[in-house]
Amino acid sequence: MVLTGAEIVIRCLQEEKVEYVFGYPGGSVLFIYDELFKQDKVRHVLVRHEQGAVHAADGYARSTEKVGVALVTSGPGVTNAVTGIATAHMDSIPLVIISGQVPTAYIGQDAFQEVDTVGITRPCVKHNFLVKDIQELASTIKKAFYLAKSGRPGPVLVDIPKDISAMKCEYTYPKSIAMRSYNPVIKGHQGQIKKAVQLLLEAKRPMIYTGGGVILSDAADKLIKLVRQLGFPVTNTLMGLGGYPATDKQFVGMLGMHGTYEANMAMQHCDVLLAVGARFDDRVIGNPANFAEVPRKIIHIDIDPSSISKRVKVDVPIVGDLPEVLDDISKLLAAGGDRPDEKAVKAWWKQIDEWRGKDCLKYDRKSKIIKPQFVIEKLYEVTKGEAFVTSDVGQHQMWAAQYYKFDKPRRWMNSGGLGTMGFGLPAAMGVQLAHPESPVACVTGEGSIQMCIQELSTCKQYRLPVKIVLLNNGFLGMVRQWQQLFHGNRYAESYVDALPDFVRLAESYGHVGLRVDKPADVEGALKEAFKRKDDLVFLDFAIDPTENVYPMVQGGKGLTEMILSEEL
Amino acid sequence: MRHVISLLIENEAGALSRVTGLFSARAYNIESLTVAPTEDSSMSRITIVSVGSDDVIEQITKQLNKLIEVIKVVDISEAAHIERELMLVKVRATGKDREEMKRMSDIFRGRIIDVTETTYVIELTGNTAKLDSFIEAIDRTLILETVRTGVCGIGRGDRILKV
Repeated sequence: MVLTGAEIVIRCLQEEKVEYVFGYPGGSVLFIYDELFKQDKVRHVLVRHEQGAVHAADGYARSTEKVGVALVTSGPGVTNAVTGIATAHMDSIPLVIISGQVPTAYIGQDAFQEVDTVGITRPCVKHNFLVKDIQELASTIKKAFYLAKSGRPGPVLVDIPKDISAMKCEYTYPKSIAMRSYNPVIKGHQGQIKKAVQLLLEAKRPMIYTGGGVILSDAADKLIKLVRQLGFPVTNTLMGLGGYPATDKQFVGMLGMHGTYEANMAMQHCDVLLAVGARFDDRVIGNPANFAEVPRKIIHIDIDPSSISKRVKVDVPIVGDLPEVLDDISKLLAAGGDRPDEKAVKAWWKQIDEWRGKDCLKYDRKSKIIKPQFVIEKLYEVTKGEAFVTSDVGQHQMWAAQYYKFDKPRRWMNSGGLGTMGFGLPAAMGVQLAHPESPVACVTGEGSIQMCIQELSTCKQYRLPVKIVLLNNGFLGMVRQWQQLFHGNRYAESYVDALPDFVRLAESYGHVGLRVDKPADVEGALKEAFKRKDDLVFLDFAIDPTENVYPMVQGGKGLTEMILSEEL
Repeated sequence: MRHVISLLIENEAGALSRVTGLFSARAYNIESLTVAPTEDSSMSRITIVSVGSDDVIEQITKQLNKLIEVIKVVDISEAAHIERELMLVKVRATGKDREEMKRMSDIFRGRIIDVTETTYVIELTGNTAKLDSFIEAIDRTLILETVRTGVCGIGRGDRILKV
């Protein structure tokens, strides 16, 4: 059948069973919007800024197993989207971004709203395409979805010149795609898996460290099975929270810059480390030289070979898809009948329990001012641990990660890699659309929320009852914390003066706003907010402006050089 | 350590910039880079000379492999291989220098491929060191212009880079 380029785009999205496209119209995507208008299978969500479109698609993707889709116009539409694309790229989130481009004949002429989209986005996408021939439009979109989702996922951008979207051609959607240059390894190397099992069985002080890969590959079930089989301690990275149930006794908390004392100590002092879909980044292991001071054998499973031995030299690399490899290890362990060194592991647990005894996440529960940790704990209780939680970037993000105990994967959405302020609210919109009946909370700060505050308007238009949990300390808190600890209390530009009245701001967008000043009112306010199933409720918590996130490992220091909270 | 990395890549618009962009984004060195289509015009072959520790070179090959359009990557300097580079040198060739230039070109097995009353263009192929020594051997003040292709290389014997 002969279709226009714009019709082909919509057909392809329908073929991929896309529910929602997050976007913003403009000159070079008008034909595509025209076709969107004529159908009702693919629903469009009109954001208020293209950054919000990509974050919303991102939140949608993170909270489901699906690919998120954004649609933006050429020029500023694309440059506004770049922050969102880079955010998704750093966290390996599967997205397809469709961007309009000026007509083919205008490319390179400095036309109105022209930018080199493929050039600008090249370093922050998994791959990108400029469609110059309408014959290749359908197969390019097919490739984009395939690339976004397979292997190590990531954002893929398809740039479509306006004339291509108006041209006609015969349409067929390819059933499958084969690329000679792209064949991700799925099955792990059996010899390496045997070596891994041997090491695990010999371990005296074993540790399992898992990252975002477990979430992305839906490997949580296999991970839980293996961890229970082994009886070893397990920690999650910020990106990996929910990959293993946080309420389980084998879970020692998050590790890294703001990880628990026990997780960081165990990470540093283990003799065999099983790294699963994690990449030893600087916020996780601190200084690699310091990390290497204690010798340990490292088994590293990852679908991306370039993640292996990048920052830390690995002894047993296993390239493959996590569910496959974890399953192979489980089966080999079960079949061999050998058990880990129980005596040694018991002694190791004793040591870990001693570290746990530090109670590193304690805080002043008798405070007359609202403590942020208390708000997150109450949020956890009120939502019974069942909420989908998005966050922005800063202190509130770390408190959410530390105090909300995620038991399930895909419940915790944050910009871990790029650290993008402004992510939380638009991401929460995507999550809420994907899970209309579930509670969705956006934990944020008064700095971050203002970076994409315009999306309150989108929330009104689509009746998205997100609960905004604003931990308002009147400071760019994490910046202030660093300035306090490392820059002699000189709070350069970290005080956010002239804040809006968030309650009235929320109300002006047609939402409900609540200000909470006293610890005693925290629980009630949260209950009230979540009771209002159809309303967006903006909760403005006046929290202690002096509160810091602990434990803390200073950038460039070793994992065990933690600053702990002041003795209480 | 100096390494010669050869790769096959889809012959598509922008593919080269993905490779060069990777090097600049991750602060890897490029000493030289050559690219041209292969006998199969759907593919180009790129030869990159880079300097880095073993860890860095390992990352470079992995990162190159990760590029969607890259089909195959080999560090050909890991084993026996041949490198060649082509250089064109335009020199002043007048008076007694004219004879001397001809002689030097012959010694280095160069060819004079353009002659005017006052200049020669000498074509020279060989490995990088040979081309460097030619430049060292002639009178620098007589060099008007040089242009080099950068290294291309191939494995010896049975070592074949093919899809």
